[in-house]
Amino acid sequence: MTPILQIRDLQVSYYTDLGRATALNRVNLDLNAGEKLGLVGESGSGKSTMALAMMRMIKAPGRIESGSVTVGGVDLISLNDEEMRLARLSRIAYIPQGAMNSLNPVMRIGAQMVDAIKAHVPNMSQADMTEQCMQALESVDLKRNVFQMYAHELSGGMKQRVCIAIGILLKPQVIIADEPTSALDVVTQRQVMETIDRVQKEMGTAVILIGHDMGLMAQFVDKVAVMYAGRLTEVSTVRDMFSKPMHPYAQALIKSLPNLSNKGVFQGIAGLAPSLLRIPNGCAFHPRCPQAMDVCKTTIPDVKEYEGNRLVACHLYTEGA
Amino acid sequence: MRLRLILRRLAFLLMVVWAASTITFFVPRLSNRNPIRERFAELSRTGGFAAADLEVIVASYNKKFGLDKPLLQQYTDYIGSIARFDLGVSLSRFPMTVTQIIYNSLPWTISLLFVSAILSFLIGNLLGAVAAWPRSPGWLRAVATPFIMFTGVPPVLLAIFLLFFLAFKLKLFPLGQAYSTGTAPDWSFRFVLDIMWHQVLPAISMILGSVGGWVLSMRGMGITIQGEDYVNFAEHKGLDGRTIFRNYYLRNALLPQVTGFALALGSLITSGAVVEGLYALPGLGSKLGEAIRANDFMVIYGIVLFITMSVATLMVLVEFLYPFLDPRIKQE
Repeated sequence: MTPILQIRDLQVSYYTDLGRATALNRVNLDLNAGEKLGLVGESGSGKSTMALAMMRMIKAPGRIESGSVTVGGVDLISLNDEEMRLARLSRIAYIPQGAMNSLNPVMRIGAQMVDAIKAHVPNMSQADMTEQCMQALESVDLKRNVFQMYAHELSGGMKQRVCIAIGILLKPQVIIADEPTSALDVVTQRQVMETIDRVQKEMGTAVILIGHDMGLMAQFVDKVAVMYAGRLTEVSTVRDMFSKPMHPYAQALIKSLPNLSNKGVFQGIAGLAPSLLRIPNGCAFHPRCPQAMDVCKTTIPDVKEYEGNRLVACHLYTEGA
Repeated sequence: MRLRLILRRLAFLLMVVWAASTITFFVPRLSNRNPIRERFAELSRTGGFAAADLEVIVASYNKKFGLDKPLLQQYTDYIGSIARFDLGVSLSRFPMTVTQIIYNSLPWTISLLFVSAILSFLIGNLLGAVAAWPRSPGWLRAVATPFIMFTGVPPVLLAIFLLFFLAFKLKLFPLGQAYSTGTAPDWSFRFVLDIMWHQVLPAISMILGSVGGWVLSMRGMGITIQGEDYVNFAEHKGLDGRTIFRNYYLRNALLPQVTGFALALGSLITSGAVVEGLYALPGLGSKLGEAIRANDFMVIYGIVLFITMSVATLMVLVEFLYPFLDPRIKQE
């Protein structure tokens, strides 16, 4: 089947005073309906930029340089501004990182939900809109009376659920959740993730979950994509990623996770993530890579497909070790 | 709970009124001047009035107005009459009562001060909000800049400047007064238009100087608010720019400005008084100026007390209004 989301050659740069920072470098990604992808990487690796680029919400001094983001057969990058506005939430929805402050403090929750529907389906009757909002609230395990409440009357977890309810209001084909649980305690985290999981199964939506909590990812997603310096280095199923990661960066990342057999010993990755203003030549990871070869310093590795639908960008598997 | 808060606020209001009336009672009496003697001195200056028994007359009037009593008793009488809303009679324009003076001049002050306060609040905040909004067109943002320039200029200076150039030199506007001399006040369309015509320059001098302040504070607020997550999320929801601007951005940025408005009213009245004086508008400010020059303390008391009460009442009103604007503020 054709993937519901196809990203091709997506490139985003930020034009800073110090020069051009390439935050997203020729990224390709496919996602099927009903699939959940976890997008992981260090801070500044381009995860959030990718989410914003998909929503076409990159603000100046940033710019989408090239590429396409196709959702259900429509290329979002080629839409005009008004068409893109209508595509937001109805085709592709974004659940924000800072759910704590993502709701307008002076408007009732209901009014903020009705706003969203009105922006896309202006002719719907008030009663229908209210009903649709109530149903969305119920589907994220909130009571109907939340409709009448203000943001300050809700707990952190409830606010995050409201954001999810808004995200699913118009049954989008793709939902991007940018660290939806980063500000919540672990119990609430789990509840919120289960809510996303259940809603996603009911609607058959494709979900991109952005975060750096590998443990959370392992429990909830089907595939994991690892980003490094604006490039995708490896995309594998959760099982493959955790049992035998292929890219040396992914290997180091998995190895750095604490595990029960090796309690108390923490292993980091030597070195620092490169500045996006000065991405190393060749493979961006080569200065930190324990298995770097000469070719890594000069040539950017292409993404190749390996057994089990895995995508890896590393010379190790094309040049031989 | 609600009732107790209202009572507490009203009690506070009373305290303010009491403090203001006490201060206004004692300050004019610190001077040795006697308004009655001055009134008679003026009469004798202007027209052959023999002042041989001046001291006798002054003493008898002092007795009549109760000015011969001990200060403390005058004070208690005064507070007592305020409690009965009796502001007394003018000493220099006897037998006119202070209430009458306030009643006659109030419409001029309200029309000038309130109209200019509300206009400058609206213009300033809208321009400031637009200036901070990244998607507003460049020319619209530039409109705010000249207003910021006028921020530091006191309304009085602006009033003199406008009066000299636009009214005196270019003769575009009347030189002052509330309406053209020779017309009789009535409610005809022509007369109302004439009044408005006379209010243009005073209003502009009041507005020009205060718009810039609103622009600056609103622009600062706007820059903070547009970075808020909820404004961002509103855009992610696919809302159109106008809705985001109005419901998510402006609504939140305006909250502190409303408080500022209540505070600005107080200082507005003082600068309004001088502008009224310059344009010879028969408003409260001019009357207060006249009363101060004549040391007519009954009128000074009355007007100051009235202004204090109005500002304090407006502040309390704004406070009661606030929970309706910001649901996070609950009155308990």
